[in-house]
Amino acid sequence: MASNKDSIGNTIKTAFLVCLVSSIIVSFSAIALRPLQDANKVREVKKNILAAAGLYDESLTVEEQFGAITTRIVDLRTGKYAPDMDVDAYDQRKASKDPAQSEKLVASDDIASIKRMENYAKVYAVEENGEIKTLILPIRGYALWSTLWGFVALESDLNTIVGLGFYEHAETPGLGGEIDNPKWKSIWPGKQVFDADGDVAVYIKKGSVNSSIATEKTHAIDGLSGATLTVNGVNNLLNFWLGNDGFAPFLNNLKAGGA
Amino acid sequence: MSTITKKILLHPIFSNNPVALQILGVCSALAVTTSMQVTLVMCIALTTVTAFSNLSISLIRNQIPSSIRIIVQMTIIASLVIVVDQVLKAYAFGISKQLSVFVGLIITNCIVMGRAEAFAMANPPGVSFLDGIGNGLGYSVVLIFVASIREVLGAGKFFGMTVLPVVNDGGWYVPNGMLLLPPSAFFLIAIFIWLLRDWKKDQQEAPDFKALPQVNKEAM
Repeated sequence: MASNKDSIGNTIKTAFLVCLVSSIIVSFSAIALRPLQDANKVREVKKNILAAAGLYDESLTVEEQFGAITTRIVDLRTGKYAPDMDVDAYDQRKASKDPAQSEKLVASDDIASIKRMENYAKVYAVEENGEIKTLILPIRGYALWSTLWGFVALESDLNTIVGLGFYEHAETPGLGGEIDNPKWKSIWPGKQVFDADGDVAVYIKKGSVNSSIATEKTHAIDGLSGATLTVNGVNNLLNFWLGNDGFAPFLNNLKAGGA
Repeated sequence: MSTITKKILLHPIFSNNPVALQILGVCSALAVTTSMQVTLVMCIALTTVTAFSNLSISLIRNQIPSSIRIIVQMTIIASLVIVVDQVLKAYAFGISKQLSVFVGLIITNCIVMGRAEAFAMANPPGVSFLDGIGNGLGYSVVLIFVASIREVLGAGKFFGMTVLPVVNDGGWYVPNGMLLLPPSAFFLIAIFIWLLRDWKKDQQEAPDFKALPQVNKEAM
């Protein structure tokens, strides 16, 4: 037995069989559990939408709370709603990679380093009597190691930030990962996105905000030490998504009375 | 239960504890013990992996060529860890996010490898399975000891419920932030080993050297 077991033939056979059985078990579990994992991911995104809008309550289920939110699709090229699109079927993330549903960005315009920009975006709103109370916009952009996927929520004036949060990123825990820090995120509410000229003015400063300077008090956010490149990424993606290539035409249409 | 199975199952808990006596698997004991809930999930994950890796390695132990036995063990352990990780992602998403990389790191946990190589390669499947559960329990005892102290004194909570109301929430307890950082687990594991060796004297090691009096008579 001993000599037979250590023969070259048996070594190859054992290695092959162990790999085969292991790979079958791994792929079976991955495929069988995929639907549950996807449902978890969808719930996580919804939870982050609620959290950005400052509505998340741990004692209720995400689905219950999400009932208060209206989802719509916006045509980013015109800044108008696209009512004929199917909200549930549209996958913005997939569309952003699909040449038929997205456009390549010129490098000089691509400040958030996202390479392709989808034609349609999903936006979320808390509405009261047909009026938008809180508007939640999807944002993303490349930081130091990874693309940050998140949401920014605006008040009914479409200028004041209600909250900001990222649901997916792979920045260094403790440094860039501090963009998840609840204390830091709590600085965002109340800041103004646009200045008097309508340009994106909100930005993360290096160091802490000097509240005796009026423009800093209304627009600036404290920096995160040790996370300069991640913070630059956040600044870039805010400039991009809230600027003219992003949601600015849509926001202007809303301000003008409808989209 | 015969005495032999009882011994295999229960000995690793105190008499031959993998963390306290063999000093294996300390890395994850430092990393995941800041809260009881996360710790318990980690303990269950590790116990499951150790038990099933022991079982499957023991089943094919007469077939494994000695030249590739370590890589065969690693393949089996890695597959089991991936399965556990997938199950956690499906059924305990929040906790799997907190455990993040540490579930994956069970692959390199010395306890799993150690039991596979030292026990499962030489013993039949039934007892190997029990040995895996026993060692998982031994690991769990240490982690639960460390985590309960760290969570209560570090965050004023136990299983997320407030035990000592902390100052930040308007209570009186000033939490010891050091206990939430990994180094504190070194002290707690050392205290565990101290208590254990004081109780079970046979685990005490012979001193490596004996201090002599500083001055001897000839010198005087």
